Amino acid sequence: MSASSLNTPVVLPGSLQTNRRLSQWLAFHPDGRVTVRTGKVDLGQGISTVLAQMAAEELDLAVTRIRMERASTVQGPNEGMTAGSMSVQDSGSALRQACAEARAIYLDLAALQRGLTPGQRAELRVIDGEFVNSADERIGSYWTLADDALLNIEASGIAKPKSVADHTLTGQTVARLDMPGKVLGQADFIHDMVLPGQLYGRVAHPPSPGAVLLEVALEAINALPDVVTTVRDGSFIGVIAKTDYAAVQALKKLAAAARWDEPATLPDMRDVPAFLRAQPVDTTLAGEKKSVTPGPSLTASEASRTAVGAQSFKASYARPFLAHASIGPSCALARCEANASGEITGVEVWTHSQGIYNLRPDLALVLGLPAAQIAIQHVPGAGCYGHNGADDAACDAVLLARAVPGRPVQLQWTREDELTCAPFGAAMSVDLQAVVDADGCISDWQHDVWSNGHSMRPGRSSTPVLHAAALLATPFPRQVAINMPLANGGGAERNALPSYDLAQWRTHCHRALTMPLRTSSLRSLGAHCNVFAVESFLDEMAEQLGVDPLAFRLRHLSDERSRAVLNAAAEMADWTNRHAGERREGSGMGIAFARYKNTGAYCAVVAAVHAEAEVRVEQLWIAADVGLVVNPDGVRNQIEGGAIQTVSWVLKEAVQFDRTRVTSRSWEDYPILRFSEVPKVDVQLVSRPGDKSLGAGEATHGPVAAAIANAVADALGLRMRQMPLSADALLQAALADPR
Amino acid sequence: MSQIHVLKRALNLTVNGRLTSVEAEENTPLVYVLREELGLKGTRLGCGQSQCGACHVLLDGVSVPACDTPLWAAENKAVVTVEGLGQPGAMHVLQQAFIDEQAAQCGYCVSGILVSAAALLAKCPLPSEAQVREALDPHLCRCGAHNRMVRAVLKAAAVGVAT
Repeated sequence: MSASSLNTPVVLPGSLQTNRRLSQWLAFHPDGRVTVRTGKVDLGQGISTVLAQMAAEELDLAVTRIRMERASTVQGPNEGMTAGSMSVQDSGSALRQACAEARAIYLDLAALQRGLTPGQRAELRVIDGEFVNSADERIGSYWTLADDALLNIEASGIAKPKSVADHTLTGQTVARLDMPGKVLGQADFIHDMVLPGQLYGRVAHPPSPGAVLLEVALEAINALPDVVTTVRDGSFIGVIAKTDYAAVQALKKLAAAARWDEPATLPDMRDVPAFLRAQPVDTTLAGEKKSVTPGPSLTASEASRTAVGAQSFKASYARPFLAHASIGPSCALARCEANASGEITGVEVWTHSQGIYNLRPDLALVLGLPAAQIAIQHVPGAGCYGHNGADDAACDAVLLARAVPGRPVQLQWTREDELTCAPFGAAMSVDLQAVVDADGCISDWQHDVWSNGHSMRPGRSSTPVLHAAALLATPFPRQVAINMPLANGGGAERNALPSYDLAQWRTHCHRALTMPLRTSSLRSLGAHCNVFAVESFLDEMAEQLGVDPLAFRLRHLSDERSRAVLNAAAEMADWTNRHAGERREGSGMGIAFARYKNTGAYCAVVAAVHAEAEVRVEQLWIAADVGLVVNPDGVRNQIEGGAIQTVSWVLKEAVQFDRTRVTSRSWEDYPILRFSEVPKVDVQLVSRPGDKSLGAGEATHGPVAAAIANAVADALGLRMRQMPLSADALLQAALADPR
Repeated sequence: MSQIHVLKRALNLTVNGRLTSVEAEENTPLVYVLREELGLKGTRLGCGQSQCGACHVLLDGVSVPACDTPLWAAENKAVVTVEGLGQPGAMHVLQQAFIDEQAAQCGYCVSGILVSAAALLAKCPLPSEAQVREALDPHLCRCGAHNRMVRAVLKAAAVGVAT
């Protein structure tokens, strides 16, 4: 071993740091194609196209030459979760470096073969994979020199990715590589996979979160046409059939045959904030700032504050439990191999999980197998907006497949499973308090958030968190969701720390330690409700102080990038003239801003609403700064989509339940926004080519929510502090309004 | 419990222009016949309750949910799925417009939406934006690609009328 290899390894960008071998990331082929591997998975957000674009940029070739390989635990880099808008940062930066090094290795080899001088080597260019010298002669290519052994080495960190000035593809819109397949109806989804000898499974999930199976007669189910077998392990029951239709038919009979004990384990849906505050909690100080020259503070007496002309404010805000509600149901395939004595010796799983590397240890715990005996392959599912039922479905599939060794089993959830069994986005309750000094500046501020944890992902504990794990005859104890550390984005406290310059502040996070409904990560986590609360509160204060909401924000915002997006959104919406001329009754506009996670994308939103019996969002103007934009249309698509999804959450959505069961079980009970209700959405990207790329997928959820509430207050003079802003909530607020 | 045995029988239907005979129980929802018997996976199963629109197909030119259309109701009728709208190299004007406008994210809802859009344009070649939204209202999209899809349909209409 050489002396240098004993030194501390060089620090490499993104996920290359922990996946250092270049061959984990890419391979050239003699037919003019490149395989690019990433541990990040396509959740419908189009990340594979963006990563292909970044690889093509560094390799100097057409994007269409790149085949993006789906993430697998067998091959390719382990990049953990695809979450938190980190893919361009983690995987993109790694790919840039890996590709820059691969390019240099191939050019060095071509130069060596041709006996080029260092000067001649330096003049080599790459044109769509062909190596061209200064005399415009082709002297080789990735394809003619393709050899996997060349990249079977660790990255050195020596070759440097292109500088922004040399970019040719970055910043250009590249059409999504997977779009033709989607519009042609090609069989690209996991639901469409058919393996040789495939069987079809369905699971009769418990009808309520606390249900325990008392009895079920399986003989009649086993006798149904095309049924292969039934499976029971404790309160886990399922059926395997020769076709999906037969499995669906048998499921109805299986569900009808099961008798359950259903204890009442759920809180009163009408007052979830009171429930959250009544639970034992784990309270943490998420952050604070102490002023060396304290102005009027929250701890001072009201009289002393009044004496110096200060005003104090306090308000509470909330959101309900939210469902992921993807259009496609969760789905997985599994195949188990068994030895002669029937013991399982190997498991293959196909899943649309956000984290195949996290799923594997949890499956290993449930099955009592070494993780090395489980191979997991990602296959795209329908849109994924966080920790949905994908991992749970993968576990269901394996538990069924165990009964038919050698046969692959496809398992699909029903719509009802999707809306009742998958983890929910946690309900939240937020208290805000502030003091404004005689100059109209916030001198003290306190943010308290009560919520279940926003993370119950697999692979993080010695106890599996998969839905079926707690149902087995030898059950695993149910886990309670946690919040990830703030350095990793936090959970309930995400964006509970101010984005503004405040003289003094503190933020407490109170995580409930009981969890009647399973909660985990839903797009933007706590940011959605925290920003809704903060930005609503700022408007309430501005109104009392008689200050324009935009001016009040800018007064507390010195950061240039933050100011830029706020001013851009205001300009797009002609904010300053919004009350000029005759106002249509029930119409209003609202503004809001946040820097996602306090470290990510900057986003400001103006919403225009019309509110009578119900709120209709008519238009959104959004300005966003996501640093260096790799694919402008990809970013716009994420921003528009995130904004429209948020309108749906804010106006319509709340998981319904009685004291025993979740009662929102179909699209009729859990309506989402329809085409005729979707607002016009204008997006302006504030270009920052010199700054690093920031994720775009979750930047809008907080600001859009608050901008809508602020617009409703502008339109009706009614302050809506609890989501959803439904017709019913509007009526209640109007009745409670003292005016 | 007495076992009800439902007999399978042969039914004829025309799928994407081809006369097809299917041996199945006549109450089987069309979506399972298309996906499992005929291998046409483009028709997506979303809710099975005719509430989301993911499984829409054309039945004699009318956009219907295939999860709520029993096979007997399609007997001797013309069924067109998303695969029947166009193929690689010969795409339907709507499919090309959806690519041009990058009008999807995950794309799970797109098959049904293309089918309803095709039904709309057949009946109303130059619809207003409001008419497009109304025609697509039975379809749910969770990714928020609605406005792109509406733009794509309007663009396809303009191209279709021009050609």
